[in-house]
Amino acid sequence: MNPAIATPEGQSQATSPAAPTLALLNVQRSFGPIQILHDISIELHPGEVHALIGENGAGKSTTMKIMSGYLAASAGEIVLDGAPVTFSRSREAEAMGVTLIHQEFNLAQLLSVEQNIFLGHELRKGWLLDHGSMRAKTRELLERLETPIDPRAKTADISVPEKQMVEIAKALSRKARVLIMDEPTAALTTRETEVLFKQIERLKAEGTAILYTSHKLDEVARIADRVTVMRDGHIVRTALRGEMDEDQMAEAMVGRELSDMFPAKRPASGAETVLDVANFSVGSIVKNVSFALERGEILGFAGLVGSGRTELMEGLFGVRSASGSVAINGAPVKIHSAEDAVNAGLVYLPEDRKENGLILTQDMRRNLTLLALKKFTNVLIDGAAEEAALDKAIVDFDIRAPSRDVLVGNMSGGNQQKVLLAKIMLAEPQIVIIDEPTRGIDVGTKQQFYTFIHQLAEAGHSVIVISSEMTEVIGLCDRVCVMRRGEIAGEVTGADVNEDTIVRLAMGLDKKGNGHG
Amino acid sequence: MAETTTNAPGKGGFKFDIQALGPILALIALVVIGYLLNPDFLASKNITNVLSRSAFIGIMAVGMTFVITAGGLDLSVGSMTAFIAGIMIMVMNGLIPALGTTWGVILVGMGVGLMLGAAAGALNGILITRMGIEAFIVTLGMMVIFRSLVTWMADGGTISLNFSLGSIYEPVYYGGLFGIRWPIIVFAVVAVLGEIAMRHTAYGRHCAAIGSNEQVARYSAVHVKNVRLMTYIVLGVLVGLASVLYVPRLGSASNSTGLLWELETIAAVIIGGTLLSGGYGRVWGTVVGVLILGLIDNILNLTDLVSPYLNGAIQGVIIILAVVLQRARTSSR
Repeated sequence: MNPAIATPEGQSQATSPAAPTLALLNVQRSFGPIQILHDISIELHPGEVHALIGENGAGKSTTMKIMSGYLAASAGEIVLDGAPVTFSRSREAEAMGVTLIHQEFNLAQLLSVEQNIFLGHELRKGWLLDHGSMRAKTRELLERLETPIDPRAKTADISVPEKQMVEIAKALSRKARVLIMDEPTAALTTRETEVLFKQIERLKAEGTAILYTSHKLDEVARIADRVTVMRDGHIVRTALRGEMDEDQMAEAMVGRELSDMFPAKRPASGAETVLDVANFSVGSIVKNVSFALERGEILGFAGLVGSGRTELMEGLFGVRSASGSVAINGAPVKIHSAEDAVNAGLVYLPEDRKENGLILTQDMRRNLTLLALKKFTNVLIDGAAEEAALDKAIVDFDIRAPSRDVLVGNMSGGNQQKVLLAKIMLAEPQIVIIDEPTRGIDVGTKQQFYTFIHQLAEAGHSVIVISSEMTEVIGLCDRVCVMRRGEIAGEVTGADVNEDTIVRLAMGLDKKGNGHG
Repeated sequence: MAETTTNAPGKGGFKFDIQALGPILALIALVVIGYLLNPDFLASKNITNVLSRSAFIGIMAVGMTFVITAGGLDLSVGSMTAFIAGIMIMVMNGLIPALGTTWGVILVGMGVGLMLGAAAGALNGILITRMGIEAFIVTLGMMVIFRSLVTWMADGGTISLNFSLGSIYEPVYYGGLFGIRWPIIVFAVVAVLGEIAMRHTAYGRHCAAIGSNEQVARYSAVHVKNVRLMTYIVLGVLVGLASVLYVPRLGSASNSTGLLWELETIAAVIIGGTLLSGGYGRVWGTVVGVLILGLIDNILNLTDLVSPYLNGAIQGVIIILAVVLQRARTSSR
């Protein structure tokens, strides 16, 4: 570290009058006849974090792609160090010090962590690869990111947050002058997010210009020196730190006032127990977990990524082999496959909708009915009934798609998630497990999801919500189980459902601990 | 085409892309070319010949469509035909002393053929789904094993069906209903059933789901292993069916029976528009693919424009062209 300049806060004000490192001037972009970006002008100053926020589809991704050379602008200028440039390819932008950290992981699954970090920029000794220095450099980068993984580990074998950290390490290794981060914290837990923020402060101190996007407005308020809000391809507002609070950001993004994000909580009614799980273990990841779920309840599961929440639920859903006893409505059930689970009235909305939830190359109808296809089949599939179910899903879940036969892969994340929720609800389950209900979804749609979840509980479904977004668990649930290292570290209810208590349990801190989360 | 009727109005009904239409256009072009080069081409005798010879490949290709759609592959079907035909003939010959040269013997032979097909398909499927070995490896191994077994059974020569039994069995290939030969009728029935199964049953839906994304299928309560296993068993039964129809044609089996049929079968499926990587398959396309390959062979034999020895080269060009067209569509999306 550089102790001489590492005073995180006060440093940034001094830099704002400096010339921008990278700027877009009146950039336009059209796809065919449709104009996606209108007059985008944005400046990235050295040593400054510039946050770009907006709902999905506002044009953030396109803007970032133009900045980093993945797309060309239809009109307008890109100015680097005061001189107009044209990046014909992303490699050219990278060579000039502009690096994009992708949200969708662009890591080669079968290569090692180290090979991925240096892919295309391998260090050489003469004609041969310099394995020694690459490994040492990788170790150093991962250490800086406090991510203890082996540089030789196969990328497919590491966890999602670890992959995100590898992406960040890759960008750090390029010594970028302009770093563009596309929702870097979407897949990170609180702890890793803190590590990332520490690195961002360090990069700022080194004079790197950073563009940062996130749907988490509290993060934006915390680390951004300048915030630009986009809506429908236009820049709506640019403000300096402190000029706009989180509510104002959300309003600027949505273009209307957001009432409270969460519907009123439903306190536990003491109704009958629907699901009773005892001494449940999944491999060596989840150990002897016991909990119960009431009818019409929204039970939260919090904990760090890797604490075994997803594995526990996948075990209950029968897609992971597990042991222990499970009773539904008081009757013991044996669930060895997803089909058993669906027959027992339990469904699971997976965390990763693109890998486990939806078939991106098929249309909405086929995706919608896949889980509950039996209901539509009497030797042959009843196409008319399927269409009717799709009509109902489109209305019930407010699914917006350009046409009925659009491939699900071409829909926005929020609409994909709605199709997925409609899909699992078609099985008419009693118990609904939702893993990360709003990952990568814009604010407006998030609010809709909270309402959906509420409506499900009101209609008598029992819901389990897993989320890494603390506000979500706190806002939705009256009772929260906090997991740590494969066990339920504690259960909180009512007024105890707050960030402090949950974080303490998740981190394994002493109850009367010393306040440092 | 049948699909549009099950969809709500408002769908882009007339938006045929070249990839969907391509194989049909190619088929029509071949028919026209064939007729212009030799008017005998459209004579019913010639058409019957082409179709009944294509029927073997066609029946297997329908099964192969499901295997490939579910993300699998089967290279063993050609040698499996030879092996099944060989066993059938040996069983039937062996039964003559006990049962005489009767239809009973032939029915037993047919039963053996179908069951052997199911068993061979099940063996492929179990090795692939339960042992987790790559389909390419398993079926490549089986292809070599079956080929070697039939050579050994024939002692390097030919296994021939008893002559008088053969003449009883002959009508199964040469006979038919209303002037349409049995192999053509069976092929048509299999194709229609296959088209319905692919498009309108949960089984077809599940095959496409597995081939698109196995994990999504698993999380959607699809029995991935069982559905996959079933695709190989069905294909095996269809190979058995093809063998049952093939044996009366020549009344013999040898080392060269069904040689390269696996490639012709896979080629027909791919030409028809099914994705080799799985996830999307159409049986009617496969039927068109089978007919294209059959017609090329026939046209080259009827005319002296190009040497029939170049048949393989032309088929190869068409296979590559079909995939190029698929790619063009995928990248334009």
